[in-house]
Amino acid sequence: MRRIITATVQNRSGVLNRITGLLQRRQFNIESISVGRTETEGISKMTFVVEVEDHRKLEQLTKQLHKQVDVLKVSDITDKAIVARELVLVKIGCNSQQRAELNGIIEPFRAHIIDVSKDSITVQATGKSEKIEAIIELLKPYGIKEIARTGLTAFQRGQQPQVTEFHHYSLIQ
Amino acid sequence: MKVETKADAIQDAEQSHKKTGADLFVEALVQENVDTLFGYPGGAVLPIYDAIYRSEKAFEHILTRHEQGAIHAAEGYARVSGKPGVVLATSGPGATNLVTGITDAMMDSLPLVIFTGQVATTVIGTDAFQEADVMGITTAITKHNYQVRSIEDLPRIVREAFHIASTGRPGPVLVDIPKNISSAPCEDNYKSTFYLPGYQPNLKPNPLQIKKLKEALKEAKKPVLLSGAGVIHAQASDLLQSFAKKHGIPVTNTLLGLGSYPGDDELFLGMAGMHGTYAANMALHECDFLINIGSRFDDRLTGKIEHFAPNATVAHVDIDPAEIGKNINTHIPIVADAKEVLKAFENQEVNAQHHGDWLRQLQQYKQEYPLWYNKPKEKLIPQWLMKQIQTITKGDAIITTDVGQHQMWAAQYFTFSQPNRWVTSGGLGTMGFGFPAAIGAYIANPNKRVVAIVGDGGFQMTMQELSLLQEKRYPIKVIIVNNEALGMVRQWQETFYNKRYSESLLHTQPNFVKLSESYNVKAIRIDTQQHLENVLPDVFADDHPYVLDCRVLQQENVYPMIAPGKGIHEMIGVKP
Repeated sequence: MRRIITATVQNRSGVLNRITGLLQRRQFNIESISVGRTETEGISKMTFVVEVEDHRKLEQLTKQLHKQVDVLKVSDITDKAIVARELVLVKIGCNSQQRAELNGIIEPFRAHIIDVSKDSITVQATGKSEKIEAIIELLKPYGIKEIARTGLTAFQRGQQPQVTEFHHYSLIQ
Repeated sequence: MKVETKADAIQDAEQSHKKTGADLFVEALVQENVDTLFGYPGGAVLPIYDAIYRSEKAFEHILTRHEQGAIHAAEGYARVSGKPGVVLATSGPGATNLVTGITDAMMDSLPLVIFTGQVATTVIGTDAFQEADVMGITTAITKHNYQVRSIEDLPRIVREAFHIASTGRPGPVLVDIPKNISSAPCEDNYKSTFYLPGYQPNLKPNPLQIKKLKEALKEAKKPVLLSGAGVIHAQASDLLQSFAKKHGIPVTNTLLGLGSYPGDDELFLGMAGMHGTYAANMALHECDFLINIGSRFDDRLTGKIEHFAPNATVAHVDIDPAEIGKNINTHIPIVADAKEVLKAFENQEVNAQHHGDWLRQLQQYKQEYPLWYNKPKEKLIPQWLMKQIQTITKGDAIITTDVGQHQMWAAQYFTFSQPNRWVTSGGLGTMGFGFPAAIGAYIANPNKRVVAIVGDGGFQMTMQELSLLQEKRYPIKVIIVNNEALGMVRQWQETFYNKRYSESLLHTQPNFVKLSESYNVKAIRIDTQQHLENVLPDVFADDHPYVLDCRVLQQENVYPMIAPGKGIHEMIGVKP
């Protein structure tokens, strides 16, 4: 199963090495990892997307992460209401005639062209991983020269749906 | 005009004996009540060794003859005293020589605080002389590790290291100290208070889980207790004993848990696992309620998972949440200190059922399938040898071992009536562990007889520490169980590789008697039972170190045995 795990960590030297080393030696596959500072000084947040076999493995993953002295909090937010985004930069071979056409393709994705040269353009897109995959798929026929992805970063939405809350929708007011 | 540079300041400090980082380090160890430091000097720790020299015996320094000896001695010290063993080694090769011992301590949850020298921060990363990436190398094998980058942090880091090593699930913590930090002049007023928000081990059990445990205990018809080294770390052996007796629950131990429950008690079934007793393993297979206190369901214990306690409700008490549910499905998880859990049962009525039938059945197993061996007329055999050592020490000794056949025989035939008497390399299975560990064990408890039971292979890996017996006259008795082979390797080759003894027979050996004598340590070679019986009383009455080269029959195998991949009930060699 594909899971999104976030970890709040103390920003000490070697913390990234500790965590990636741990995942590697306990045989967890990391699909993506992103790290950055948070609103609190000295605290960073990591977001991993991992592929695990089953719930037992998943439990081990969160427990082993939590055992690290520099790790303050570990959450599996896959099943929560979350906002999750990643950013991609795609360099595509493109002559001046194709530019308008490409613009038409990326516009619905709310992506931008951030660099233009004689024979290529660079597109920047942000969104959920599925959206990123979709835009890459659409750009492929034009000849992708280079892709750089940041990996997913995510957190929980401000409000989580209450299980007990029931909403009745009706067209008739 | 002379502009004072940093280098000048350092030189000044060294010459005028102004306080340096190294002095601060020595003070920090004194603060932690360190009485013994196992170490080996070298370039990057010269300032520290100078501070130790100047401190005039703030604590005793034990100079082993190899860093591996230092760390195994520290492990022996930690196992017997329950306090962290402290090690100091230099950078590069000094540090890398510690790696086996650090991993061993990690696997067996032993509290160690290890200090390594490092090249100056100004040259870290330049492949300087005797530089090694100790942080990178040891991250995977320590509970936590630090590199001191600024001298103000030194007192705090030392305190954190001792705290982390000795609390929660104990483990090794390494502190890497660059040479320019230990030689830098320093102030007196650095803060040593610390706060570790990411490290808050949970000691108290969840009352809800305790309630569940009580209910399950009430229902259980065939309960069994499995106790591991966690009980010994928690100093909960007495509580465990009263718990088991009050509710009439039979007890088995893991290899490292030996001594957590008295081996001569009638409820005791013997050690469980690959070379455990029939009664213990069958109890684990047939029970309907298994309470594991402080063991981690290692694969050498469980055998094939699906045959391990297949019909049982499993309760697992462990201070490390990550151990619960790791290997065995657990119904009642209790993350807590073993002592706190057992305390919750003090003065509590559970109204557990009377397990008469179950106990009778296990007694019958014990009587019908005891440990066995065939004793030849004259020749020495290892199982009998263990029994003789048991008799001569009246069971009141600290036993250390390496790994392999002799280790299993010692575990099977020695009766441990108290905790902290059994020092062995369990998880990592390190050859050469037993002898240096005995030195640390003796230092931790000099009032007890210490016996190092080692293999001829293992002893040759760390026998340079005979120098310490020569120097300090520690009255340690080294029993070399000499079968001229890597016994366990040989046994597996015999059983599973059709007797193709590939590189496991060691017919060329040093003359262990002459070797020991060259270190001024008395030694005897023993070939027969009669000879052993004749010399043992003198050897053990003598307050000198002794090496006994006991030539035992090579073809003896350790039984019973669960073959790899088999279930815990599928033992071979349960009867002659």
